Amino acid sequence: MAKGVKPRIKVPKQASAGEAITIKTLISHKMETGLRKDADGNKIPQSIINRFTCDFNGSNVVDFDMKAGISVNPYFQFEAVVPESGEFKFTWYDDDGSVYEKTKKITVS
Amino acid sequence: MKISRRNIVVLGVSAFSASLLPFNLLAQSDGQSAEDIIKEFTGGANIGSGDIMLTTPEIAENGNTVPISVESKKATAIKILALGNPGPDVVTFKFGPLSATRSASTRIRLRKTQDVLAIAKLEDGSFIQDIKKVKVTIGGCGG
Repeated sequence: MAKGVKPRIKVPKQASAGEAITIKTLISHKMETGLRKDADGNKIPQSIINRFTCDFNGSNVVDFDMKAGISVNPYFQFEAVVPESGEFKFTWYDDDGSVYEKTKKITVS
Repeated sequence: MKISRRNIVVLGVSAFSASLLPFNLLAQSDGQSAEDIIKEFTGGANIGSGDIMLTTPEIAENGNTVPISVESKKATAIKILALGNPGPDVVTFKFGPLSATRSASTRIRLRKTQDVLAIAKLEDGSFIQDIKKVKVTIGGCGG
C-alpha cells in the first residue's frame, strides 16, 4: 500500500428524495506519472490511482477511469440523486493493487 | 537437471518474451496517439457538436493542477483528452443510473499550452465534443 493515502469525502447528511446532491471527494496520493526521473536519471515507475467508483445501495453513481494526466491528490466533484436513505460506497483502485474504501450514510426525508 | 539443447532454446525464448513484456505495457499507456484514443472511444463514429460544456481556465499559471469541469445532460460517458500531453488520455467519466446532472469536475496536469478536448457519448449512441485552449505558464509533467 502506498504511503500517506487518505480519502476525504463531503456528502450532505440529509437530503430530500430525488434531489440532486453534490459530492466532493479527494484522496491524498502522489500520482507518480512514470515520466519523471530520479537523481540518477532512472525513470520513476508510474504509480497512480487508476479508477474511482461511487455506488449508492448497490447502484452505480459514477465510474471514473483515470490516467497519469490527473493531478496529485485526485479531486472529483459530481452530483447524485438518492431515492431513499442509505449508504454511499466510495472505492479507489491503486496501480499497486491496493483498494481504498470509504462509506458515508445519508438520510432521505 | 541435464541441460539439453532444447532446454536452452526454451530458456532463451522465455527470457526474451519476459524482457519484452514491460515495453508492451509502456507502449499501451504512453504510446497511444490522441487519434487512436478517440477512435477507440467512438468506434470511428462522427463527432458532432451540441449540448456539451467544457469549462477550463483561459490561463493556467500552474500546469500541475488545472481545474476543469464538464457537463453534458444526456451523456453516458465523457472522455477528457489533453492533446499536448505525453499521454493525451486523461480521464473517462462514466455516469451510472443514480448520477444526477451528467457533470464532473476534477484537476488535471497540462505539460504546455494546448487544447483540451471533451467527447461525450450520448444515450442514443452519438458523440459530441467541446474543445478549449488553455495557456499554461509552468508545465506540469515533471522533467
